[in-house]
Amino acid sequence: MEMTRRNAIAMGAGALLIAGLPVRVFAAAEDLIAEFTGGAEVGAGDITLTAPEIAENGNTVPIEVSSETAAEILVLAMGNPTPAVATFKFGKLAASRSASTRIRLAGTQDVVAIAKLDDGTFVQTSSTVKVTIGGCGG
Amino acid sequence: MISRRDFLQTSMAAAALYGTSGFGNWARLAAQQAMTQDKLLEFDTFGNVSLIHITDIHAQLKPIYFREPSINIGVGGNKGAVPHVTGADFRKLYGIDDGSPSAYALTYNDFSALAQSYGRVGGLDRVSTVINSIRADRPDALLLDGGDTWHGSYTCYHTQGQDMVNVMNALKPDAMTFHWEFTLGSERVNEIVQGLPFAALGQNIFDAEWDEPAELFPPYKFFERGGVKIAVIGQAFPYMPIANPGWMFPEYSFGIRDENMQQMVDDVRAQGAELVVCLSHNGFDVDKQMAGKVTGIDVILSGHTHDALPEPVLVGDTIIVASGSNGKFVSRVDLDVRDGRMMGFRHKLIPIFSDVITPDPEVTKVIDAQREPYADALSEVIGRTADDQLLYRRGNFNGTWDDLICDALISEREADIAMSPGVRWGPSILPGQDITREDIWNVTSMSYGEAYRNEMTGEFLHVVLEDVADNLFNPDPYYQQGGDMVRVGGLGYRIDVSKPQGERITEMTLLKTGEAIDPSKTYQVAGWASVNEGTEGPAIWDVVEAHIAKQGTVSLDPNNSVKVVGA
Repeated sequence: MEMTRRNAIAMGAGALLIAGLPVRVFAAAEDLIAEFTGGAEVGAGDITLTAPEIAENGNTVPIEVSSETAAEILVLAMGNPTPAVATFKFGKLAASRSASTRIRLAGTQDVVAIAKLDDGTFVQTSSTVKVTIGGCGG
Repeated sequence: MISRRDFLQTSMAAAALYGTSGFGNWARLAAQQAMTQDKLLEFDTFGNVSLIHITDIHAQLKPIYFREPSINIGVGGNKGAVPHVTGADFRKLYGIDDGSPSAYALTYNDFSALAQSYGRVGGLDRVSTVINSIRADRPDALLLDGGDTWHGSYTCYHTQGQDMVNVMNALKPDAMTFHWEFTLGSERVNEIVQGLPFAALGQNIFDAEWDEPAELFPPYKFFERGGVKIAVIGQAFPYMPIANPGWMFPEYSFGIRDENMQQMVDDVRAQGAELVVCLSHNGFDVDKQMAGKVTGIDVILSGHTHDALPEPVLVGDTIIVASGSNGKFVSRVDLDVRDGRMMGFRHKLIPIFSDVITPDPEVTKVIDAQREPYADALSEVIGRTADDQLLYRRGNFNGTWDDLICDALISEREADIAMSPGVRWGPSILPGQDITREDIWNVTSMSYGEAYRNEMTGEFLHVVLEDVADNLFNPDPYYQQGGDMVRVGGLGYRIDVSKPQGERITEMTLLKTGEAIDPSKTYQVAGWASVNEGTEGPAIWDVVEAHIAKQGTVSLDPNNSVKVVGA
């Protein structure tokens, strides 16, 4: 999917409606993005976010971000009361520009990764992670 | 390039039979005259590789009745697409005559009458005969088990899966993948897997702590058959710790992991694989979506959602084969692999009509040996069905077995509302048939069958129904877990399957008073198969047995309490 800033906002708004989160949370995520990008245009490109479609445990969800050319990658959990998850910084000599961690998700939401590339441009991707109370398989 | 024509060289066994018209007054003998083992197994051996697929046996060693669903709703891009086609639409799609053996095997209509004519299906000694016949044509055929094998019966529960392991070993599979097996607990699963004489595969079975591939379950295995280098990649059920109790196998993590699947396909191709087969427990819609994202898989042998399809579904250059459940079907797929690629295939979904296919006496002996220590307990008659009462489960919403289980929960546990899991396993019981203890266990057996009784608010009940509904009706298959809607007793509701989560379920009603469910009010809810650790209560099979014993003859009121719209 082509991720534009506009889509991200629309999706964020969707999550907001469902989760019934206070408006300031979403504004907080927006502020973080604006701070990271300095208001620059965010496109799609060299950024990969690997996350489960459905979390096995919402308290510890494994995610991985990678990019060949990223200098920095910002990870946000758009539906969490505190959306900031991590900012990974990679030096010019980094053997591999990827990082993995585990994050806690308050509920079903989008996880967003924004990379600042070596050339100064910004790219973004996102993934919806469902947090469910579980049930019964076939 | 694989031509469309090659792909159309598929057939179904029973479709070759004489179409029979009218409904079920023949004696069973007549059914045997209409069908012969030779006809059922007739197959023009094709190409240089044969695959035999069986899946979701759910520990059904002996022949059973199994009614296919009347309702199986597809959403999003799968609306109206197979396998979300049932009944007359299904027969029309595949050119199946009403009242024919295929109609009985694949659709639900007139099930009770047709069952009288065509008899029981399945039985692993019959399955063995089919496998032997295919091996007679092609001695090096690969036998692949899609999982949900070591779960679902009295003997399986009491032997912790050993009965199934012993019988399956007699069939000599080449590889297997997994789902319910893990509900035996990781210690027991590890113990069995370490002793298996065949490959236990799962590219998506990971170590939970390190998020690395689990050592005991390799992602793939190579086979050299008919001069072809074949890679079989396993794909276990992705959502085990969510749909089943994760605390029973905390060392393991799953997920779809399609990026890792692509990596595995690329790896095996780089190692010279000429044919790539994915043995999957994803469920059909997930397999379809995965086939569109991962390139380089020739055949997906699909399990989990219990669909039986007379023809493979084609996605790009990948064929997806669905082989039913409960030992009712075996798929044979012959492939022509030349110059490092699949050039064509021939496929047959073989229904295991137990009165037509001669049991393999060697395997009958093994089956009987597993059951013998439990013979008295298994055969004890607890009650019977009324002359117009069929008991079945399969379908998106309550079947009659579920209604009976919910009634048992409400009356035995003195509850307002009952909830029963929307699983797809569990054979049917015909009208006027004895219900034995074995029959009750066939629809309830599991390692976490405690029947709890909890207080729930109306608001929480709504959250539960919405959550389960989204696991079934999320338009993106990757967010579906398979299974069906949670079954409810004492509660009515309206569901709009086209709406997003949180908006599907409305008009929740407490049936005993006819009043609307109050979000802030507390209700007594009885249920079973909770995924939460420490759930307490009597075993569900004891609850159901006590209820049936009191009833004597089981007769249920028609259940019209769920209104489905948006399909």
